[in-house]
Amino acid sequence: MTKTTHPAPLTRRGLLAAGLAGAGLAGCGGMPAQSSSPSIGRVVVVGAGFGGATAARYLKMWGGNVDVTVVDRNAAFVSCPISNLVLGGHKQMADITVGYAGLRNLGIKVVQGEVTAVDAAARQVRLADGTRLPYDRLVLSPGVDFDAVPGLAAVENQVLHAWKAGPQTAALRRQLETMADGGVYALSIPKAPYRCPPGPYERMCMVASYFKQHKPRSKVLVLDANPEITSKKGLFEKAVNDHYKGIIEYRPNAELREVTGAQSAKLEFDDVRAQVLNVVPPQRAGDIARQAGLVNVNNRWVGVNWLTMESTAVPGIHVLGDATFPGPGMPKSGHMANQHGKVCAAAIIQLLKGQPVSTAPVVMNTCYSFVTATDVIHVASVHQYDATDKTFKPVPGSGGVSAAASAAEGRYALSWATNIWADMLG
Amino acid sequence: LSTNPRTLLAALLLASAAPLAHAQDAGAMLGRNLAATCANCHGTNGVSKGEVASLAGLPADRIVATMAAFKSGTLPATVMHQIAKGYTDDQIKAMAAYFAAQKK
Repeated sequence: MTKTTHPAPLTRRGLLAAGLAGAGLAGCGGMPAQSSSPSIGRVVVVGAGFGGATAARYLKMWGGNVDVTVVDRNAAFVSCPISNLVLGGHKQMADITVGYAGLRNLGIKVVQGEVTAVDAAARQVRLADGTRLPYDRLVLSPGVDFDAVPGLAAVENQVLHAWKAGPQTAALRRQLETMADGGVYALSIPKAPYRCPPGPYERMCMVASYFKQHKPRSKVLVLDANPEITSKKGLFEKAVNDHYKGIIEYRPNAELREVTGAQSAKLEFDDVRAQVLNVVPPQRAGDIARQAGLVNVNNRWVGVNWLTMESTAVPGIHVLGDATFPGPGMPKSGHMANQHGKVCAAAIIQLLKGQPVSTAPVVMNTCYSFVTATDVIHVASVHQYDATDKTFKPVPGSGGVSAAASAAEGRYALSWATNIWADMLG
Repeated sequence: LSTNPRTLLAALLLASAAPLAHAQDAGAMLGRNLAATCANCHGTNGVSKGEVASLAGLPADRIVATMAAFKSGTLPATVMHQIAKGYTDDQIKAMAAYFAAQKK
C-alpha cells in the first residue's frame, strides 16, 4: 500500500540520533513528504498498546506535523482481546500479533526499548540503554503491573498469569496441551478492579471448550476473589449451564492467599491442587507511572483530567487506559484505552497549537466475550463528559448486554478485532 | 447539565481570544471526534475492514435516520440500539456529516 523505507534496525547510535533529532530542529526523518511546515511539537508515547498506539496514530492523522516517537519494550503488538481463543485452541499467536510497520509508515518513530525513568522537570524520558527522548507532551499508556502474591515468585515460570498477551499466552496454551486428560486447570481471579472485567470468565469458557472437545475428563476450577461473576453474570452462568456443566466449577469469595507450589495454592479455608495453576494477581497502574510520581488514587491508579487525559499530579504527562482511575462504570478495557487515546490526541494537538480543547468529549466501550468457539456475548456503554463533576458518566438508558449469545456477535467480535487493531496500528 | 459545556467553551474561547475560525474548527472537530468513537467497530474514518458496515461516504440523512431507528427500537440490533441511546441527536448529526464527507 505505502512504499516506505523501513528504518534500519535500531542501534544505540540510531536511538541517540532519534533523540537528538527530536531535541533539535523540527524536520525529522520518516516524516511524510507533504508535511513541510514546521513541527508543532514533540510527543513521546510510552507503551504501544490499545491506548498508546491509538494516541500516536491519531496525533499524526489529526495533527499533521507533530513529531511522534513511540517506545515499547516489545517488537510487535500482541492483543489481549482474542488471546483467550489461543488458550482454547481456536486461534494462533500469529492471529493476535500485529507489527508496528503501519505506525512507521505514517512517519511515527517506533523505538523498541525499556523506559526506566521520566524526568518531568527536564521533560525527558530515559531508556535503559541511556537514550534520552525529550518531549513537549508525554503520553504514558503503561497498562497494569501486578502485586506480589506470596509464594508466586518461586514458581513464576510454571504458574503463569497470561494477563499480558505474549509469551505467557503461548506458554499457558502449551501447559493445557501437555496436561493429561483428567487433570484440573485452576484460574485465580483477583478482586476488581482488574484489566478486562469479563476476561477471566471468557477464559474459563475457552479452556472448558478445549477440554470438552479434547480432554473430556478434565475440569476447570474458577477461584474468584469476588463475591460473584463481575461482568455479564447471567450470560456467563447460562453459558456454563448450556455448554460446560460438569466441567466448570465456579467458587465465589475464593481469594488466593498463597501459591505453595507449581501445582498448589492456599485459600482462606482450604488448599487447592491443580495440574495447571493460572494466577491473575491483583493489579495497579504500570510501574513507570509510580516512578513518574503519577499514582495519586488509592496508592494504585493515576488520576486524570478527562478533557485532556493529563495527569492531575504532574503537568505535561497524559495517561491512558488501564493505569487510570476510571470514571464511574468505565471498564479497564482495550476498547476504552483506544477511546482515551483519541480524546488525548485531540487535546494534545489543541494544546500544542495554543487552542481550546473540546469541552464535551464522548467515549464508549464494547467488550465482546467468546463463550464457545463461535458464540459471543457483549457489554456496551456510552460515557458523556459531565462538566459539573468533571468526569465521564454512562448515559442513563444507554448500554447493556446481549439478549443471548450468538454466532452473529461472534462474527462482529472478530470484525471488531480487525478494525480496532487497524485503528490503532494502521 | 446541557448548558454547562457551552458556557465553558465560550469562556475558553474568550480566554484565548480565539478568532471566529476557531469556533468553526471546533464544530468540524466535534464531528471528527465523535465519529472517532465509532472506529473501533466501523473502522478508522468509517472504513471497515471487517464484516461490520462501513459508514464512510453514506448520506448523512441515512445515518441519522438509522440511528433514530436504533434509538426507537424500530430497527432491531445486537448492540446498536444500546449504543445509539448514548448520543444526543445533535451529536449524531455532527458525526453523520463527518462520515458523509469521508471517502469510501
